[in-house]
Amino acid sequence: MVDFGGWDMPVQYPAGTIEEHLRTRTHAGLFDVSHMGEIDVRGAGAIAFVNRITSNDVTKLVDGQAQYSALTTPQGTVIDDLLVYRLAEDHLLLVVNAGTTEKDWDWIKSNHSGESVELNNVSSEYCQLALQGPDAQSILQKLTDVPLDQIKYYHFSPGSVDGVEGIISRTGYTGEDGFEVYAAAHRAEQLWNKILDAGNAGTPSGVLPCGLAARNTLRLEAGMALYGHEIDETTTLLEANLGWICKLDKGDFIGRETLARQKADGVKRKLVGFEVTDRGIARDDQEVVIDEKRVGKVTSGSPAPFLKKNIGLAYVPVEHANAGQEIKIDVRGKLVGAQIVKTPFYKRPK
Amino acid sequence: MANVPEDLHYSKDHEWVRVERNEAVIGITDYAQDSLGDVVYVELPKAGDEFAANESFGSVESVKAVSEVFSPVAGTVVKINESLADEPETVNSDPYGEGWMIRVKMSNPGEVDSLLTAAEYEDFTKAETE
Repeated sequence: MVDFGGWDMPVQYPAGTIEEHLRTRTHAGLFDVSHMGEIDVRGAGAIAFVNRITSNDVTKLVDGQAQYSALTTPQGTVIDDLLVYRLAEDHLLLVVNAGTTEKDWDWIKSNHSGESVELNNVSSEYCQLALQGPDAQSILQKLTDVPLDQIKYYHFSPGSVDGVEGIISRTGYTGEDGFEVYAAAHRAEQLWNKILDAGNAGTPSGVLPCGLAARNTLRLEAGMALYGHEIDETTTLLEANLGWICKLDKGDFIGRETLARQKADGVKRKLVGFEVTDRGIARDDQEVVIDEKRVGKVTSGSPAPFLKKNIGLAYVPVEHANAGQEIKIDVRGKLVGAQIVKTPFYKRPK
Repeated sequence: MANVPEDLHYSKDHEWVRVERNEAVIGITDYAQDSLGDVVYVELPKAGDEFAANESFGSVESVKAVSEVFSPVAGTVVKINESLADEPETVNSDPYGEGWMIRVKMSNPGEVDSLLTAAEYEDFTKAETE
């Protein structure tokens, strides 16, 4: 167990990270992600308010739809990345990272001005379980009457799972199809056990409980950013390849001006994916060397259990940010060869 | 419970030493491999490299972490376990056998007497997990 933003979280369960990772890719993995924070925004001004403090376009959401977005600073850097759920025209739920929940909550409150909204930090009221993998739908369907095949990617439905009322969302952080279930915190154990039972946990092709380490390797293979690694208050969304959640013409939002200028001028550095071509494993914070110059840093580096390669994400000067570019990583004093590749590293078969 | 064979010597850094005449075969313990999790990469020195006692001779990497491995005794590497390059998981499945790492010609064979016995190592790991 490790302390993770004040939560005691398992790094891995007895099966181990590699098995957890592979089972999620081939069958299903269950993750207890109750540490994630939830902020409830209600009122006639809910959409206008959240649209002003986040970079994506909240007005594009319909009821029952979710959106990946970011809370931005005036400099275009990132307070946090988050999911915005539209429950109703006057009711949004923001799902934020655990380690940043308090910071986000303060930021959101302090940036509230005119809009008519009621804000509540309801993080402790919710549990969140993520069931991910190709078998996720068939497993979860055993426990709910909600027709899961009707829920499209990045959409959700209110509904009950094993009689527990909650939100069933077709979202995830693994690169697989899957669902995230939000429900009352005290129901977490019941849901956890029922989903494991429904997924034949303990059998070779059954669902496996997965820890933080597998969550990290899965999201890295899928090329997804992790707050505190790829993005933070020193990186802009455009540098992090998150231009697709920067809707610069949606109207004003915090950081819009800076981001528009950066888009026009071009960024100086960019987040890229790389594969290690020599023997060795790149790790977080190691330096990137190009033409004998130290030009950037690895933000996430790890073995990729499904791809059976050693991969990573790193910031490099934009002139070198091209697939095929040879780079070196300073792995504890040894320069190890790597090559920039397109992300995502892994894309699930349709 | 982790397996701790009687006939080996142990270091507080969780390496084991099997003495064969004036040579020492070195690897990491069952307790160490279990704490590390799936081993995905082992970096070893070359034959001929020399190490002082308690000097790092390589590293063992799991998915999540890198751990250095230390030579409990001083000496010159005479052989390394080359099969670990392609099958690092052997360190998990057979830490005291096929998962050995290096064979060292000891410069001071008496050094092994200062290492932990199996019973002492077992007590040491118990204290560490408590």
